[in-house]
Amino acid sequence: MARLLKFNIFRYNPQDPESTPHMESFVLEETDSMTLFIVLNRIREEQDPSLQFDFCCRAGICGSCGMVINGRPGLACHTKTKDLPDEITLLPLPVYQLVGDLSVDTGSWFRELYDTVESWIHTSKAFDPTAQEERMEDSMAEAIYELDRCIECGCCVAACGTARMRPDFLGAAGINKVGRFLIDPRDERTERDYFEIIGNDMGIFGCMGLLACEDVCPKHMPLQNQLGFLRRKMGITALKSFFKK
Amino acid sequence: MQTIYTDVLVVGAGLAGERAAIEAAEAGFSAICLSLVPSRRSHSSAAMGGMQAAMGNCAKGEGDCPDVHFADTVKGSDWGCDQEVARMFADRAPIEMRQLAYWGVPWGRVVPGKGTYYKGGKLYDKEEKEENRGLINSRDFGGTAKWRTCYVSDGTGHSVLYTIDNVCAKLGVEVHDKTESISLIHDGVTCFGAVARCLRTGELRVYLAKATVIATGGFGRIYPGTTNAVICDGGGHITALNTGVVPMGNMEAVQFHPTGIVPTEILVTEGCRGDGGTLLDVNEERFMHVYEPEKQELASRDVVARWMTHHIRQGKGVKSPYGDHLWLDIRHLGEKHITGKLREVYEICTSFLGVDPIHQLIPVRPTHHYSMGGVRTNKDGKAYGLSGLFSVGEASCWDMHGFNRLGGNSLAETVVAGGIVGKKIAEFLQGAEVTFNSSVIDAEVKKQQERIQNVISCKAGTENVFKVRTAMQDALFKGANIFRTKEGLEECVATLQDTLARARKVGLKSNGKGVNPELSAALKIEGQVKMALMLSVGALNRTESRGSHNREDYPARNDRDWLTRTLAYWKNENDDMPTLAYEAATEIFHIPPGDRGYGKSEIIKADTKAEEKG
Repeated sequence: MARLLKFNIFRYNPQDPESTPHMESFVLEETDSMTLFIVLNRIREEQDPSLQFDFCCRAGICGSCGMVINGRPGLACHTKTKDLPDEITLLPLPVYQLVGDLSVDTGSWFRELYDTVESWIHTSKAFDPTAQEERMEDSMAEAIYELDRCIECGCCVAACGTARMRPDFLGAAGINKVGRFLIDPRDERTERDYFEIIGNDMGIFGCMGLLACEDVCPKHMPLQNQLGFLRRKMGITALKSFFKK
Repeated sequence: MQTIYTDVLVVGAGLAGERAAIEAAEAGFSAICLSLVPSRRSHSSAAMGGMQAAMGNCAKGEGDCPDVHFADTVKGSDWGCDQEVARMFADRAPIEMRQLAYWGVPWGRVVPGKGTYYKGGKLYDKEEKEENRGLINSRDFGGTAKWRTCYVSDGTGHSVLYTIDNVCAKLGVEVHDKTESISLIHDGVTCFGAVARCLRTGELRVYLAKATVIATGGFGRIYPGTTNAVICDGGGHITALNTGVVPMGNMEAVQFHPTGIVPTEILVTEGCRGDGGTLLDVNEERFMHVYEPEKQELASRDVVARWMTHHIRQGKGVKSPYGDHLWLDIRHLGEKHITGKLREVYEICTSFLGVDPIHQLIPVRPTHHYSMGGVRTNKDGKAYGLSGLFSVGEASCWDMHGFNRLGGNSLAETVVAGGIVGKKIAEFLQGAEVTFNSSVIDAEVKKQQERIQNVISCKAGTENVFKVRTAMQDALFKGANIFRTKEGLEECVATLQDTLARARKVGLKSNGKGVNPELSAALKIEGQVKMALMLSVGALNRTESRGSHNREDYPARNDRDWLTRTLAYWKNENDDMPTLAYEAATEIFHIPPGDRGYGKSEIIKADTKAEEKG
């Protein structure tokens, strides 16, 4: 006999005046290779078709399905029930605006971030369609991709002590984004330019070093190293400009 | 009612849509992309392997050029593509790869010196030239004469989408995410924009635009098992077919990818085989070299998927609780390669299957993957039937893929076509004057409001939307799969007609307030069943086998009668069947129909007389 799993799920529809935030329980029999993707879709199709949650690729690639699973932010699609106890509590990610039930608005949060850190290559060169591409060492390309792998699921921000207290904190995902452009030789911004963006409490100096970001990152991004690297780099930039004055 | 005006409205914010929006924005026009999800979660992000472009930088790509790429594409399409379009694509692809490099894509680069590679499980030597150090590198993919697929590890789609979305942010292209277009505003001649439902509040909004672009990707979710994301549900196509005047092209051309994992149907990239992975059967023996001595595991996807299914039918599949499957073996590629160039594959296998591909075999079988068909456009991306309406990317039938697309050609198509069509949109806007008629807009809004009210109040009935959807998916899986027959397709069409009647009686169980997911599903179910009917009726009519469309009762490719593209219309909303028309597959032949060099089949030549067929 398979396990009977009890799911305690946060429910609230802000668009329905009669709805109030509460927890609701659903029971399902466990099946082989069951993931939270299968669980939530079965609950919607068999028990409550109004249940809101976000999935997209369901393969751990797109970052849609971040939620708090038994107290820990993670991707629901690749969370297997066999790794969980009989009772499972699902909550929406904190920090982000709630859309309803388990669905939150990560899109607006990240879109604002792109503008803040200007997450694009800054170059004075124009593209020449007739020219061969500029050369780059493969090891450099791999180093950039290593930092470009972030899927913006929001788990690191949801798990971050500073982000919970400071709404303007860029979070590990935001600071890592700066690191990605900082090492890219195509971006002509100087360390001084990057200091303007993250050399403050909204950026690298807001980090308290709790490092839950690294613990919960579903893509195993090297966030601890990145935060350390940028903290040193920005500290040195601050000192240099101090002595220049 | 909130009404938003923009020069260009792009429905969909994946690679094709955003790339087109960039062209419009760079020409000085305002552009808004609507998206079901934050743009970077679009399904483009899940494409792993890479983009085909004839760079010719790596040793195994030496001598490559757009002509060779073009020829591979035409053969891959089984001569079903528009050759002028395939030519435009192949010519432009290398420039687009360089453009992406300029914008920030960290392409894999050539490392000079001696190295080794695997093919068919055997090790070979190669040497990269010093003079090509640091140029864009390529890997091998199926159905190609050269190594031509540009890549970023196995996260190419992710990396390119993030780069393109960054450019959009820089240029001020707006993305309205969590917004779903539910109908086009048009007067039967001109498209004026769309009515959309906000997926944050459930409210309706009107978007008015001089040019509207459907770039919503594929529609794999009308099948029960697919590698496609859950958002690839045909929502954009439905708005087009509901106009009654815009046809869908080649809906019966559906690609099954050889390596969907079992269970869960998640894709592992063709790069696995491109990098030297092999397919094994129940006895852990290779079999593709027997069926395809030349191309082996790297024949085109339609051919490999067909032989795999054939091999399983011969009793050589591996039994599992999820049905028979075969094995993909990449163990010999080694840990460094698997955790580096195939990192996403490694993560998918470990986290979804509990399989370590460095030491274990990966269970795979052919799985629904790609829609060659879609909104039919001309070579400029203009949709047939309505002025001011465009379509680009997988959503469209532009048509460079014909009846089978090559791996790496669709991800490349998104940006190459996005660039080409985007330029044409900008040209269209230069001279465009559009008069918006408020009664047309008001009538469309009213119609949508009533439609929503009717499903909420169960006016037409209380059919359960999820059950109707399952009936549609099962009918297609049974009748319109890799191998097709007259009997199977007739049964499929009959079931779908019954399903259509049920779809028209769907009513909600829940209250429909706010961002109600049951309402979202209910609003598109009738359109989805109509698409399923276009697909199955098109397949039933096409009495030949071409590319991915395999009729067991008509095994020959028939160039005499079927060198054509199917155009499927849904002329009146209340019709029970689509109306089919046909046009020539291509106006211009650079390469006359011939043998593909793999997937050998009988060919009825164009100049065969009808009576000689016997």
